[in-house]
Amino acid sequence: MNVFSEFMRGITRDNPIFGLVLGLCPTLAVTTSVENAIGMSAGTAFVLVCSNIFISAMRKQIPSAVRLPIFIIIIATFVSIVRMIMEAYVPSMYTALGVFIPLIVVNCIIIGRAEAYANKNSIFPSFIDALGISTGFLLVLMVIGGIREILGTGQIVSFGYTLLSLPVNPAVTTMILPPGAFLTIGILMAVVNYQRAKKRAKGG
Amino acid sequence: MVEKALFAIFLEGVFIKNFLIIQFLGLCSFVGVTKDVKSAAGMSGAVIFVMAMASTASYLLYTYILVPTEMTFLDLISFIVVIAALVQLVEFVVRKNIPSLYRSLGIYLPLITTNCAVLGVVLLNVQSQYNFMQSVVFGISAGVGYTIVMLMMASIRERSTFVSIPSSIRGLPQAFLIATMLSLAFVNYFWVIPI
Repeated sequence: MNVFSEFMRGITRDNPIFGLVLGLCPTLAVTTSVENAIGMSAGTAFVLVCSNIFISAMRKQIPSAVRLPIFIIIIATFVSIVRMIMEAYVPSMYTALGVFIPLIVVNCIIIGRAEAYANKNSIFPSFIDALGISTGFLLVLMVIGGIREILGTGQIVSFGYTLLSLPVNPAVTTMILPPGAFLTIGILMAVVNYQRAKKRAKGG
Repeated sequence: MVEKALFAIFLEGVFIKNFLIIQFLGLCSFVGVTKDVKSAAGMSGAVIFVMAMASTASYLLYTYILVPTEMTFLDLISFIVVIAALVQLVEFVVRKNIPSLYRSLGIYLPLITTNCAVLGVVLLNVQSQYNFMQSVVFGISAGVGYTIVMLMMASIRERSTFVSIPSSIRGLPQAFLIATMLSLAFVNYFWVIPI
């Protein structure tokens, strides 16, 4: 097994948003800024890595008839841990993300990886798979969050640092409101589809 | 906490805090099940039903079991189990007593267990500290709002099947662009109404 290609698979071909089209709700809801996007992906990554390792370690003990309820309980446990940690150490982030932290539990990415990968593979590949998928998720969320924040507020401010600021303020407030999320992901998805079609045509 | 009128909660659930296009809850079914009006209607019926039941059950569970025993940190796990059990129960009852309804709703019921809209309603009820009636009304109104948007979306997508558009936009990107228009309408019209 090639560790690097396995890791890159989560970013390109099996990218949770553009490849597998899973976990759309948090992708659209929390990407009003880069900071929120990073916080959300960090929470999701923790749950994904832990649940993938745990489920893959337990995969011989879990009876396949009742595996889905067991997966959900395992995931819910890790989500509760994330929720308490975030509430205690980063309360402002916890308030900003609101109901979407507990909703990691029904994020299709996590249960999808548990069912499709961790349930069939040993611990180390599952860990690499979780890392790759989390990185893919983080990158997409940061891109969407960046586009929305720069167009909606004219600057990108993360954790107290101004990363980027436009000389003129475009003030397209719509971009940080709900319609901006749909618009951004619609256009990005069309671009990805276009690139893939072009690649396929070239490859024959 | 200011006591909110039931009607205000209802309007808020249907329009101002619309689950699909303002709060982004339950998007998987929004882009997945809206290819034709019939299945969108079936899914929406099942969602209204389960949301109302789940808000009732979770309120009772939270207020009478979790709070007195000081185990509110277990809310997430217990809500998930309650929703899954409830969906199973509804499936058994409907299949046994109303077979015709089961044939039209049956296949959508398992999808609802992992629909974040249902868990979202339950969690928002706890977060807003609603009492029993308010929780139930919010549950029903969220379901009604979900239905309205699902039907609008499905009708638009059904009618735009034969529209000539570039092949890379066809499918999901098209659905998201339609959702942008719907969302713009909801944001502009319903956020200015003071309740």
